[in-house]
Amino acid sequence: MDNLFNALNNFFLIALPYIALFVFVIGSIWRYRSNGFKFSSLSSQFLEGRQLFWGSVPFHMGILFLFFGHLIAFLIPSGVLAWNAHPARLIVLEVTAFIFAIALLIGLVNLLYRRITNPRIAIVTSKMDYAIIVLLLVQVFNGIWVAYNFRWGSSWFSSVLSPYLWSIFALQPDTSAVASLPWVVKSHIVAAYLIVLLIPFSRLVHFLVPPIDYIWRPYQRVIWYWNKKEIRKAHTPWSLKRPKNN
Amino acid sequence: MDVRSQISMVFHLDKCIGCHTCSVACKNIWTDRKGVEYQWWNNVETKPGTGYPTKWEDQDIYKGGWEKNNGTINLKGAGKKKGLLNIFHNPHLPVIDDYYEPFTYKYLDLIESPEMDDQPTARPVSLITGKPIDIKMGPNWDDDLSGTPDFARKDPNLQDLSPAEQEAMFQLERMAFFYLPRICNHCLNPACVASCPSGAIYKRGEDGIVLINQQVCRAWRMCVTACPYKKSYYNWHTGKSEKCILCYPRLEAGHAPACMHSCVGRIRYLGVVLYDADQIENAASADESKVVDSQLDMLLDPFDPKVIQAAKENGVPDSTIKAAQQSPTYKFVKEWGLALPLHPEFRTLPMLFYVPPLLPVMASLGKQNTSQAEKMDPIAKVWNDDWLYDTSTEDLWGTIDQARFPLKYMANLFAAGDEEKVKIVLKKLMAVRIHRRNVTVGDIAPEKVEAALKGADLEAEVAEEIYKLTSLAKFDQRFVIPPAHREQALEMLEFTGDTKGSTGFGFKEKPERGL
Ligand code: SF4
Ligand code: SF4
Repeated sequence: MDNLFNALNNFFLIALPYIALFVFVIGSIWRYRSNGFKFSSLSSQFLEGRQLFWGSVPFHMGILFLFFGHLIAFLIPSGVLAWNAHPARLIVLEVTAFIFAIALLIGLVNLLYRRITNPRIAIVTSKMDYAIIVLLLVQVFNGIWVAYNFRWGSSWFSSVLSPYLWSIFALQPDTSAVASLPWVVKSHIVAAYLIVLLIPFSRLVHFLVPPIDYIWRPYQRVIWYWNKKEIRKAHTPWSLKRPKNN
Repeated sequence: MDVRSQISMVFHLDKCIGCHTCSVACKNIWTDRKGVEYQWWNNVETKPGTGYPTKWEDQDIYKGGWEKNNGTINLKGAGKKKGLLNIFHNPHLPVIDDYYEPFTYKYLDLIESPEMDDQPTARPVSLITGKPIDIKMGPNWDDDLSGTPDFARKDPNLQDLSPAEQEAMFQLERMAFFYLPRICNHCLNPACVASCPSGAIYKRGEDGIVLINQQVCRAWRMCVTACPYKKSYYNWHTGKSEKCILCYPRLEAGHAPACMHSCVGRIRYLGVVLYDADQIENAASADESKVVDSQLDMLLDPFDPKVIQAAKENGVPDSTIKAAQQSPTYKFVKEWGLALPLHPEFRTLPMLFYVPPLLPVMASLGKQNTSQAEKMDPIAKVWNDDWLYDTSTEDLWGTIDQARFPLKYMANLFAAGDEEKVKIVLKKLMAVRIHRRNVTVGDIAPEKVEAALKGADLEAEVAEEIYKLTSLAKFDQRFVIPPAHREQALEMLEFTGDTKGSTGFGFKEKPERGL
């Protein structure tokens, strides 16, 4: 029994994260390079706009907040712990995160409902879309459950999970602390790996290409085949500069 | 001076017969695929009417184009701040019902139906869901429906016309309409390019064609909102935006774009203009009363040695400069001042110009209406030349002032509301007609003809040239296409072996919807 438990632990907490990360990194790069055409957020707003608002906006707000929350707790656990040193601040953080999680849940439910009930949207929904939504739903529900029942998550995440995650990235996986966590928490971790694993095979790829550079790029874009001024000069070679295209 | 070349177009609206051949030619070449059935990169609408998508000109609804506040211009419904904040849900995005739900008919039912008591029917089905639908809208649903409450009277250009003027426009006896074919304007200050968060849309330096890189588009769908002409469309199937490409593969091969090539009325002209790119910002942010003038001021005289010199320094090929000198569009727009941009107040500096139609303007006179009504048989209409199509020259410019269409309406379309601008053009068009009537029929007193030409500021020779290019021009005069120098374009491609054995240089894999 212990052996089985250990084996499962090792698989889900050590093997799976490596598989997931490997597939995610290689898969995303491969998909980006092989066919940029398939990199799209595949927005369906054009077919239905009103319901989408109540799905997409709370969903994205919620998931962005929680994603960066988890990321910060992973990257600078000491910072989160320092913030949480004061109970009032801890409560503020937990309550805010909880509200965002609820928003995320509501958004997801609305999105799923819209995909199922609107015939136009159903047409542009793939099996993977359903899989992703259901997986996210389970994950969020699970997360809310954990946050409610195992308080205070932001603190013990920083002290228990962050070291474990770091150990994964340091290639010296250490599951001693996480192994003893309740199974609900562990399933949250496992589902997270599954989501990472599925990114290259789903529309989630669009989060890898957020249009950040729009902020500093000039509004207008003109592309030339060649730098014509240089070409006109007799003494410069024809192919002095490669054009910026492609 | 930063001289660049731009492929520009002129549509002569008096000649458009509203046959939609252009739209169909375009559809057959480019948009007969899933996801773009509803897209008409070229569409022809009846004016007054609501157009396609419905009321596209009403930027209170669609928030397209640029708006000027405090001296600078900003995108009305997109841009860095609004675009990124609204990226999860764009509140100004038109939905498919603003265009129409694409449909087909189940023709197979006609053939495969078993024997029945009734005739089999071909039911309409949606091209999106495949389910039977009630057809509510089509791309040209307002065709020829001037005067109707649902279409013509909801034309956004009527907004600042008085109720009396509007009523006068839609009186049964005076009713008029004209066709407005539209394609992407390949603007000099394109709102679509500026709005694209992923930078997928760009203007080609060599010829100014505005294109969307399908590999880079990520369906942030801001261009659909930003283009005030609604000429950037969202492909609901592939999750990529698409737009008119001005048939660039054809242009590069020296052919006219399909819509222009097929145009039955021969209303379309295409040619190069040279312009000063340094002036783009100024022209786009000019006062509303000056937008037309400042846009036309950017276009440079291709015979001016200074312009030629600057163009050469900028790398504009000699062949392009030569094409600019023969350009029919330069003649219409600059030399003769006959063509105006559509809705210059959107500030995108469109490079498609329109010769406003004279027919609906001059076709009848107010004062003759009453006598006509008396003469009219209650059932049958009595044909009367005075009544329908006035070419009398008693009162030279009277017709334009008492036009069936208030000049204001035309001005709202083509001159940001400046009636004077439209009037000048219409006077010229009228003078050319009077001149030609004198030449062919000869029933007009010479002083009258002279007065007409003088009033329109035209020489007889120029009027003759205008007449020739308007009515007699052959293919090569209507379309002066500069050589594309594909030899340079091809060198741009990475490695030609990559695409060996495939159908072209576009996609190495089938352009399919992402997972
Ligand atoms: S007409 Fe619209 S799509 Fe075309 S270049 Fe102008 S802004 Fe862009
Ligand atoms: S083909 Fe020419 S004449 Fe016919 S609708 Fe189009 S623009 Fe008008």
